[in-house]
Amino acid sequence: MDKQRRKFLKIAGASVVAGIGAPAIIKLTATPALASGHDAAAAGHEAIPAAGHGEQGGHGEAAPQGVRLGMVIDLRKMNDTPGLLDAAIASCIAAHNIPEFPNSKDEIKWIWKAPFSGVFPEHSSRHAAKKITDNPAVALCNHCDEPPCVRACPTQATFRNNANGVVAMDYHRCIGCRFCMAACPYGARSFNWYDPRPYIKKYNKDFPSRMKGVVEKCNFCSERLALGQEPACVESCRGTGAITFGDLNDPNSEVRQVLDKEFSIQRKPSAGTKPSVFYIV
Amino acid sequence: MYNKGTIIPGLIIFVLFVTFPIWFNGLTTAGDLPKPELPPGGEKQCVESADYMRANHMQLLNEWRDNVLRDGNREILEIDGKKYPKGLQTACMACHSQKEKFCDSCHTYAAVEPYCWDCHLTPKETASKEAIH
Ligand code: SF4
Ligand code: SF4
Repeated sequence: MDKQRRKFLKIAGASVVAGIGAPAIIKLTATPALASGHDAAAAGHEAIPAAGHGEQGGHGEAAPQGVRLGMVIDLRKMNDTPGLLDAAIASCIAAHNIPEFPNSKDEIKWIWKAPFSGVFPEHSSRHAAKKITDNPAVALCNHCDEPPCVRACPTQATFRNNANGVVAMDYHRCIGCRFCMAACPYGARSFNWYDPRPYIKKYNKDFPSRMKGVVEKCNFCSERLALGQEPACVESCRGTGAITFGDLNDPNSEVRQVLDKEFSIQRKPSAGTKPSVFYIV
Repeated sequence: MYNKGTIIPGLIIFVLFVTFPIWFNGLTTAGDLPKPELPPGGEKQCVESADYMRANHMQLLNEWRDNVLRDGNREILEIDGKKYPKGLQTACMACHSQKEKFCDSCHTYAAVEPYCWDCHLTPKETASKEAIH
């Protein structure tokens, strides 16, 4: 009896010591691993708006960065080819079972056309070049690094996928409160006021539709990326250089090659959302 | 006994009435166990055993949903050489292409109305709009 009690106390004592010690040990060993993961990735993101799209911030050793998917849209090339933008929009509609409501107030927009002055209110000028005033600009969800829509969502239906920086939606959780729509400075979110099914022209059998009462937006074609395909809009512009897609944190990626070479702008930089979609005008 | 003539028929009617669900189900087909139709393609394999799926398919679907949407884990399952891209439309309905004869048979029997198909498309639904365009 006595022996057992001594044994019990010994084990209990050892467990307490181990319990106190373990977090410290885990912390010590985990720090470098973390630094090469989330922390460094976050630091890299911080650096982007500050240092233009140049080098990553000087955050210690060159640790592998987290993936941050992004896009460069070259409006010059987009407008060079008539019909290119329409084809890109159509391919998105077909890939994602997007309804086309007759009333523009009900429009569901993943990628859409809008006047330059609307897409870039902070960059518009009274005497803009003719190519700017005569051609539409293109808009889509910016997959912001600091997405206000994610902060606003009370159910976490909208969230940031930390593995690749995509601002994703879980439609199963959306309660249709539309807080995210109020929060997004870019109008990138649309609400289904009606059952979308009758307004979907053609179904893609591998993708669901949405239902009345949920919000939807561009998902950077996460379902296609998983299959090793490019986003639908990128694919339909292939060969023209109008849209480039890739990892903004990889200095050798195609997007970074383009960004390093050309002057690019982001939508409403003063909103502080750090968009992942860049434009060359 | 007073009023035998009314009490006994009354009791009989009462008993018949109270046991209505029992003999009605026995005499008609209303209580028969549902017979979901197996995949028209003759598929015998699934991602799990039939017993497991019968009891747990809803949990499995929720798990897949969270894998795909939340955790970004869209890894394609491969079981006995057959590929299953996680998803109701991409995996389940690829074999069980007749929701009306498979899913609905039990759901109707159990009086459950899952809202999967508010968004997810059945093969019948997709076929209806592949002709247009
Ligand atoms: S563009 Fe709007 S919807 Fe997209 S991530 Fe930014 S705030 Fe959210
Ligand atoms: S409408 Fe849906 S996604 Fe938007 S904030 Fe509300 S619950 Fe979240």
